[in-house]
Amino acid sequence: MSIDLFLQHLSNGISLGSLYALIAIGYTMVYGILRLINFAHGDIFMMATYFAFFGIATFRIPWFITFPLVLVLTAALGMGVEAVAYRPLRDAPKISLLISAIGASFFLENLTIVLFGGVPRPFPAPKLFTDVVQVGTVAIQKLTFYIPIVTVLALLGLVYLINKTKTGMAMRAVSMDHETAQVMGININRTISFTFGLGSLLAAVGGIMWGMKFPQIQPLMGVVPGLKCFIAAVIGGIGNIGGAVIGGFILGIGEIMLVAFLPNLTGYRDAFAFVLLILILMSKPTGILGEKTAEKV
Amino acid sequence: MSLLKIEDVTMNFGGLTALKSFNLQLMPGEIVGLIGPNGAGKTTVFNIITGVYEPSQGRIFFMDQEITGMRPDLITKAGIARTFQNIRLFPGLSVMENVLIANHLHLKANYLEAVFKLPSYRREERQMREKSLALLERVGLIDLRDEQASALPYGLQRRLEIARALATDPKLLLLDEPAAGMNPKEAEDLTTFIKEIQTEFDLTIFLIEHHMDVVMNISERIYVLDYGMMIASGKPEAVQNNQRVIEAYLGVNENAED
Repeated sequence: MSIDLFLQHLSNGISLGSLYALIAIGYTMVYGILRLINFAHGDIFMMATYFAFFGIATFRIPWFITFPLVLVLTAALGMGVEAVAYRPLRDAPKISLLISAIGASFFLENLTIVLFGGVPRPFPAPKLFTDVVQVGTVAIQKLTFYIPIVTVLALLGLVYLINKTKTGMAMRAVSMDHETAQVMGININRTISFTFGLGSLLAAVGGIMWGMKFPQIQPLMGVVPGLKCFIAAVIGGIGNIGGAVIGGFILGIGEIMLVAFLPNLTGYRDAFAFVLLILILMSKPTGILGEKTAEKV
Repeated sequence: MSLLKIEDVTMNFGGLTALKSFNLQLMPGEIVGLIGPNGAGKTTVFNIITGVYEPSQGRIFFMDQEITGMRPDLITKAGIARTFQNIRLFPGLSVMENVLIANHLHLKANYLEAVFKLPSYRREERQMREKSLALLERVGLIDLRDEQASALPYGLQRRLEIARALATDPKLLLLDEPAAGMNPKEAEDLTTFIKEIQTEFDLTIFLIEHHMDVVMNISERIYVLDYGMMIASGKPEAVQNNQRVIEAYLGVNENAED
């Protein structure tokens, strides 16, 4: 394989990994704060692409207005799902919460089918992003460069927010101990809601770029990426944001390289994530950056 | 006027009555002890005051305002702070952050101001930071401010928990077994410390304690709980010699229980 071709695959892998990372963070943050796998997260990601579709294709709003609007709407959707499907079950057994999450996921998928139809639609990617540039002998979409840049910016923003702001500190405190956080004067409902909003917003960033990279959207498009990003979060160590990013990149780059180097395994592309999950969990049961869980006595 | 008033509070957990028709009044500036054998319902009293549990029956007033069933964070804002029997610091946060977070409830800034750090927010935040540092200085943890809370030795964790509670600017401080696990010397230091902060921060203190030296030395009045019922209350000496209290601790016909 020529070096040019390898670099092309690598850049592809990095941009796919970036998208996985953005979505995986949503899983890991919600898990951190509620110990819940938010199965609706993949569908919130899917809804973001529809919001963008309607903004640009139906209402003809310019992309630079549509995209921020999509972020806001998706964040609101995530907070809505939390308020309706999870908050009433805050004191219920964890299994009820999990079932509610699966229900929320089915609900969003079917709602989309009913409202928008099951027919795949073309994502109206602005030409600005899909232009092709010639690098050496290979042609690469500009998007391939934009995705990692946007991802890095989003991650820097997230790290700043979590480590340097009051809200971030409240999120960390709530994820450690709900009751104590409350007794310290933290409004945990608001903090949890904010966490869902933030995770959904990052999923929307991922969703918009996903739509441009794979420009066909349909109501079940969130299922497989959702599962893979969940796996990415587990591989990295669920509950750990850095871990979700690492897991996302390992999965994205690994998947592209599998197809590149072993073309006859292309059909197993989706199975790759699961095989990798099994292999990593066999040696590190709590994931790459996961902490050993100490039994509470 | 009483600072805290608990009126006929009962707390049931399913079929278990953890607290029955409990009455209590705390006057401003008092130090009052709550004692009783294990499982008597002492921590339940704290959990009811701080809103962690909503009582099955009865009412609670703080500074003449009813707080029964209020959200814990709002009760904290109203001026009640607590520590926990088994220390519950935020283990992954630094010493400074543990105090800061309790301080933050006084920030008026909303989410957007906080995230974007607008000037008004920055000013407020600077004040909070100074206040937290002063508090750490006071409790002698200033040099350890960047350590992870979980890395502190046990005695200092207890101190940090008290500092964190003080950071919420309480009028009433609830201490749940502050001297647990301390040797006599440490317990004595703690007693002095509690008395000091009581005057310095103008506090009313209500504490659960098993160390009889500490509780008898520090409390102006003592309430005694047994199986969820108040069996005695009054001055330390009177309580100490009360027959029912002695029975509750030592047992009547059976052998002593812990």
